[in-house]
Amino acid sequence: MNTPTATVAIDDLRYAWPGKPALIDIPHLVIGAGERVFLEGPSGSGKSTLLGLLGGVLLPDAGRLAILGTEPARLRAGARDRFRADHIGFIFQQFNLVPYLGLVENVTLGCRFSPRRRQRLGARVNSEAERLLGALGLDVQSLRHHSVTELSVGQQQRVAAARALIGAPELVIADEPTSALDANARAAFIELLFGECGRAGSTLVFVSHDPALAPLFPRSLRLTDVNRAATPAEAA
Amino acid sequence: MFRLALKSLLNRRGTVLLTVFTIALSTALLVGVERVRSEARSSFASTLSGTDLIVGARAGTVQLLLYSVFRLGEPTANVSWATYQQIAAAPAVAWTVPISLGDSHRGYRVLGTTGAYFEHYRFGNRQPLAFAHGEPFAGVYEAVLGSEVAAKLGYSLGDDIVIAHGIGRVSFSNHDDKPFRIAGILAPTGTPVDRTVHVPLAAIEAIHLDWQSGTRLPGRGISAEQALTHDLTPRSITAFLVGLKSRVATFQLQRQINEYRGEALSAILPGVALQQLWSLTGVAENALRLVAACVVIVGILGMSTALLTTLNERRREMAILRSVGARPRTILGLLCLEAMSLTLAGIVLGVLLLYAILAAVRGYAASQFGLFLGLGLPTAAELYALAAIFSAGLVAGMVPAWLGYRRSLSDGLAVRT
Repeated sequence: MNTPTATVAIDDLRYAWPGKPALIDIPHLVIGAGERVFLEGPSGSGKSTLLGLLGGVLLPDAGRLAILGTEPARLRAGARDRFRADHIGFIFQQFNLVPYLGLVENVTLGCRFSPRRRQRLGARVNSEAERLLGALGLDVQSLRHHSVTELSVGQQQRVAAARALIGAPELVIADEPTSALDANARAAFIELLFGECGRAGSTLVFVSHDPALAPLFPRSLRLTDVNRAATPAEAA
Repeated sequence: MFRLALKSLLNRRGTVLLTVFTIALSTALLVGVERVRSEARSSFASTLSGTDLIVGARAGTVQLLLYSVFRLGEPTANVSWATYQQIAAAPAVAWTVPISLGDSHRGYRVLGTTGAYFEHYRFGNRQPLAFAHGEPFAGVYEAVLGSEVAAKLGYSLGDDIVIAHGIGRVSFSNHDDKPFRIAGILAPTGTPVDRTVHVPLAAIEAIHLDWQSGTRLPGRGISAEQALTHDLTPRSITAFLVGLKSRVATFQLQRQINEYRGEALSAILPGVALQQLWSLTGVAENALRLVAACVVIVGILGMSTALLTTLNERRREMAILRSVGARPRTILGLLCLEAMSLTLAGIVLGVLLLYAILAAVRGYAASQFGLFLGLGLPTAAELYALAAIFSAGLVAGMVPAWLGYRRSLSDGLAVRT
């Protein structure tokens, strides 16, 4: 409430899977617009659950979670999905692409579900997709006629990043996007991600178990500190 | 979304093709059974038209119909000529066509009749018989061939043929002393007429003058010319067709004939007899339909299985779709759309397949079984069957779709394994 411009605002957020002990208990967390935040989350720290809550796929049991001043919990299910489509871009660890869609189609996939992203891009949906792919270091012309399953993991992750970024969503959530890459590729990928997030004006929340990446970010948090319910032992 | 479903299917074209082909085959079978059934019925129904009553010796309705019109089976007894004359002279009767069966020519039945046959016999939609070549028989030793007899045996006008005693394809007792000259060849009708050799009633009498109880009497050879000097009025006939002046009199005359005191007769209405025949064959038809329906169910279950097995490897894909904003309902719709496309493709392919098969076998079916398979548009019953297959496909597709929906709800954005 006190920071309506915050991209993510969390107060006393609690969540537990039915019949299980609490998995998320976050007293307070604010991520401002345009921030690049590293969130270190080992297994069992409630990382996936937090992502589900941020994406509006899971709803908090108690407390408040607002994205861009909107609480997904207060929206109807369809509106939540639309909200996610309009304002949040996701990059996952691996297998990020839809195998039966082409390179550019994978990037523009989100625009099918988001009138707002389409609107922002106007008629330039495909050219923006190609620009993003190019900016992320992919040679669209030579890859165009390949199946996306033939791309290397690094290439796939860049396509996924382009999909998350197209239409300039306010929030980009990256869930272990670099864990399948080698060290050099990791730094390069994060560098590119920073560049495009800056260009789009997107806030970046980068979640990883690997603390070695933390120095690359202006702000880094440990989920085990943020989430009182985090119990790394639960990983087993 | 349709494009999405289509691309997803194309991505798995191997299993998709097999699934579609399974559905196509089962569709072709089900609709084919329906087509053959209805064509068989209509070809039976179109064999005889315009005839009000068929009269023969006392027999079952279906039996009399089968041997008098369809040349199937054997007549049990004959109708005496005197009785025939008496009934033919009844005031309500407009015309009669006598039929005398029992001989054959190289597997084709020989039918003894009079000129009235060519005048009054009607088939299909009350079409009269037409001559492709020649004309009705005039002399005693003249024959008129059905179109198939002439075509298959390569006969033309003026050829001589010999009639065999009995109805086997191979006969050892021939009426070879009295050959027949071909006077006419009928145009094709699509009925048993095409497979019949027509001769005058008097000829049937003539060739049997020197026969008794199925064998030729030794030493009593009567030449063809000598036979003509005998009285060739038949003593009996197998059956006769009756046309009435007014159809109102049909039931009255039928009752009179059935109660005729002179001999035991049966008069049947062709339409009623056909109905009885259908009720007999209905059991077999339904069994066939049931089997075909089971095959369709198996085909559709196959599709369901194929969709179910892919669900697991598609969890990731569903999670990606969810992450870019697809609603769970969209996932459900996508999976339903896939099942629908598969079923629809199967049905379309199946119908095409059926028409290809029909086009390929119709010549054979017509010549071997006298079954004329039309290539017309699907009938109402066939469309109904197609709609039933489609609905079954949708229902069967719901199961994997619903499972995928539930799973994508619980998976959310991350596939939990």
